[in-house]
Amino acid sequence: MADRCAVVGVGQTNHTSCRADVSIAGLVREAVDRALADARISIDDVDAIVIGKAPDMLEGVAMPELWLAEALAAHGKPVFRVHTAGSVGGSTAIVAAQHVMAGIHGTVLTIGFEKQSDGNAMWALSVPIPFGMPVHAGAGGYFSPIVRGYINRSGAPSHIGVMVAVKDRTNACKNPYAHLHEPDWTLEKAMATPMLWDPIRFIETCPSSDGAMALVLMNEERADRHSGPKAWIHGTSMRSEPTAFAGREQVSPRAGELCAEDLWRKAGITNPAKEIDVVEMYVPFAWFEPMWLENLGFAERNQGWRMVEDGLTEMTGSLPVNPSGGVLSTNPIGASGMIRFGEACMQVMGKAGEHQIDGARKAVGHAYGGGSQFFAMWLVSSDKP
Amino acid sequence: MSEADGILRVRQPIGVQYRWSAGPNATSHLQGLIEGRLIGKRCPGCELVYFPPRNGVCPKCARILGADVEVGPRGTVTTFCIVNVPFLGQKVKIPYVAAQILLDGADISMQHLIQECEADEVRIGMRVEPVWKDRSEWGPTLESIAHFRPTGEPDVKLGSEAGAS
Repeated sequence: MADRCAVVGVGQTNHTSCRADVSIAGLVREAVDRALADARISIDDVDAIVIGKAPDMLEGVAMPELWLAEALAAHGKPVFRVHTAGSVGGSTAIVAAQHVMAGIHGTVLTIGFEKQSDGNAMWALSVPIPFGMPVHAGAGGYFSPIVRGYINRSGAPSHIGVMVAVKDRTNACKNPYAHLHEPDWTLEKAMATPMLWDPIRFIETCPSSDGAMALVLMNEERADRHSGPKAWIHGTSMRSEPTAFAGREQVSPRAGELCAEDLWRKAGITNPAKEIDVVEMYVPFAWFEPMWLENLGFAERNQGWRMVEDGLTEMTGSLPVNPSGGVLSTNPIGASGMIRFGEACMQVMGKAGEHQIDGARKAVGHAYGGGSQFFAMWLVSSDKP
Repeated sequence: MSEADGILRVRQPIGVQYRWSAGPNATSHLQGLIEGRLIGKRCPGCELVYFPPRNGVCPKCARILGADVEVGPRGTVTTFCIVNVPFLGQKVKIPYVAAQILLDGADISMQHLIQECEADEVRIGMRVEPVWKDRSEWGPTLESIAHFRPTGEPDVKLGSEAGAS
């Protein structure tokens, strides 16, 4: 039986397109200092550090875990680096939680970061594969045909992606840490934005951000002595599958379904759409909201778009998705998964400020990465499991 | 603060050159492209045909891929993207159609360029064929094929392959 684990501190940077005022180390330290302050502990109270970021190619700086050790005050402590592409922020938090649940460490600090302005992610994600045809165009080029596949099979009307995008950009205006603060979008204006990777429009695309998120996790004994609000972890799950294989279900990958089923089982959830109060979901391109609603089991196959159209995923709906503004408003890639996980904690801790969902007791953080091949999820609650 | 205030940011280009070992399983595929033939490999376990043969291993059942299988040359578009985004290192003029093409006899689609029709004429289920470059330009790469073009055959009604990449 695993030990219980709670998140007691959440800290994130002010995310923006270019944090020219800080180095990568400075960016990471900013999130760490905020998380420690939120947990009201010092770095000396931390037993182990787990750090994650997306591919090193994105900044062109290899193995940051080596030289960030000093900024993380890692003298004499174990440091682990995790990598699972875009899902890394989620899987890094899960590895941190596992150290606590396994009874190895009492207090663990975990960090996800990306400083996209230091490199060129579009280039890094478009490098020609040897002997292939060089027509691949970044993450949008990869995911656009899959979105087309979803639209084709579900019969969703073309404005669904735009509805998700306007919702998330509007929600982000309530989140002081979000990268984009754009209150003036309307459906009409959004529909008129250009197709970048047809059928993906400009408005339906995430920005490129600098940012970091850090969390402080404690075992039950320490968390019980801690007087602040806590987010108790009720379940974590990770699943993966190859990027490509014959007959692969690309729109709703089996690994994502297995990951969600495992999460619901661990957390004792039988009706996710009813029992979950809020979801922070990894949606870098707007159409992935209805796609993941189906993949996670919140909606039947080909029906996720109806939840969007009916407004159920708005902050006032029955299943708010991304009240923080989500990846569509803030995307420091290696941090984005941990921002989802941390925002889920903030909701059940009552710390989400203007984008707080009233009475949220159970929240899900979700992340995916690579060619929809890595999935990471956790479920947190204000109540002990 | 900005660069004008002092050395806050330094521009540092990096470059990488590498050698890629094809191994025995990709060699027949690459040799085929030098000779104008499309060679994939069959998995001895699940019998599915991979083109290209990826890492020489069936990603589904993890068996080492077996016999060479000639596929195509015609195929069917399973899904596609119209690329309107300029980016560093781009080799094809935008807008262009990057399509997933399921070659006849293969069980997984591969990505290539569709030309000789308007971008908005490309459809899921459209039949296409390769247009090879001049023989003198053939090499161990899918770039030996300049692009694919519509064959004019009736569209194929796709089942679960639609939307697959």
